[in-house]
Amino acid sequence: MSISASWYLTLAAVLFTIGAVGLLIRRNVLVMFMCVELMLNAANLTFVTFARKLNDIAGQTAVFFVLVVAAAEVVVGLGIIVSIYRRRLGATADDVHELKG
Amino acid sequence: MTNLLLAATIPDAITFVLAALICVVGALGVVLARNPVHSALMLVMTLFGVAVLFIEENAQFLAAVQVIVYAGAIVVLFLFVIMLLGVDRNEVIAKESLPGQRPVAICLGILALAEVLLLAHGKWSTGAHSVSGTIGSPASNVQQIGKSIFTTYLLAFEVTSALLVVAVVGAVVLARRPRGMPGPLEKAAGADLDPDDAVDAGPEPGKAELFDASLGDGEPDGDRLVVEPEGELAESEVPSP
Repeated sequence: MSISASWYLTLAAVLFTIGAVGLLIRRNVLVMFMCVELMLNAANLTFVTFARKLNDIAGQTAVFFVLVVAAAEVVVGLGIIVSIYRRRLGATADDVHELKG
Repeated sequence: MTNLLLAATIPDAITFVLAALICVVGALGVVLARNPVHSALMLVMTLFGVAVLFIEENAQFLAAVQVIVYAGAIVVLFLFVIMLLGVDRNEVIAKESLPGQRPVAICLGILALAEVLLLAHGKWSTGAHSVSGTIGSPASNVQQIGKSIFTTYLLAFEVTSALLVVAVVGAVVLARRPRGMPGPLEKAAGADLDPDDAVDAGPEPGKAELFDASLGDGEPDGDRLVVEPEGELAESEVPSP
């Protein structure tokens, strides 16, 4: 018998929280992006755990789509970061605060 | 706590504990590392840990995709942009730009953790099963996922292709330089092609020697001359994975 689903869900919750807190406290845009990836991975782990728990392949299919969306998000996000960096020096989130309004 | 773990077989328990430790240490490393390069490497560690957990949960295809796409492509993209932008220097974490932000963020995190843990250990509604297949059937994992994607989730799959096309177009548009704004290469080349500058730079402003001259001049932005064209190339290649 394998590990019960609760342990996987707990681990996923911890990973998600670490990612969320990191997103809030770090100012480097690239590190914030990595924290988003952490949160996506925690969600993936939850999907796979429930797929096993409920004996349903749909959870694993959802992870497949999450992977595709993550790849697209990273491509566009890094493109935005590079084009911001081309106009001004500085890769922290505080450097683009004049975008408001 | 231990009785839940002991209900599993010993190899399963050891695998889970080790992979979970790798995941959590990597995640903490991503958040706490000062250097973005170290953060990216710690992210690889977490992704590998999650891949091990995927195998443990009978999701072999996803484990392979996790390593290939996440650790292979996405993290390399991150490292590429870090190196391209030259932000691989240490950040001063101790300085808080927004006073009081960090305690509030940590409080919010603890709150979210408590909430998710409560949900994870409570009862969840299951309802009727979907029609996309069960995991226990004799077909292999890849066959099952493929069947599910190309039958039940065919529309979502098609929309995904549209999403990828949009991402490709978006990356190209973002990487493109606005018309009339000369790039660093054209600026440098234009400066060197200017007759007065060419006379200053050397007796023969030949095309082959143009680059050497601009580098050998000891110009302050000689490094950028080399780096930036590679950057353009990379950005246009970004959507390919």
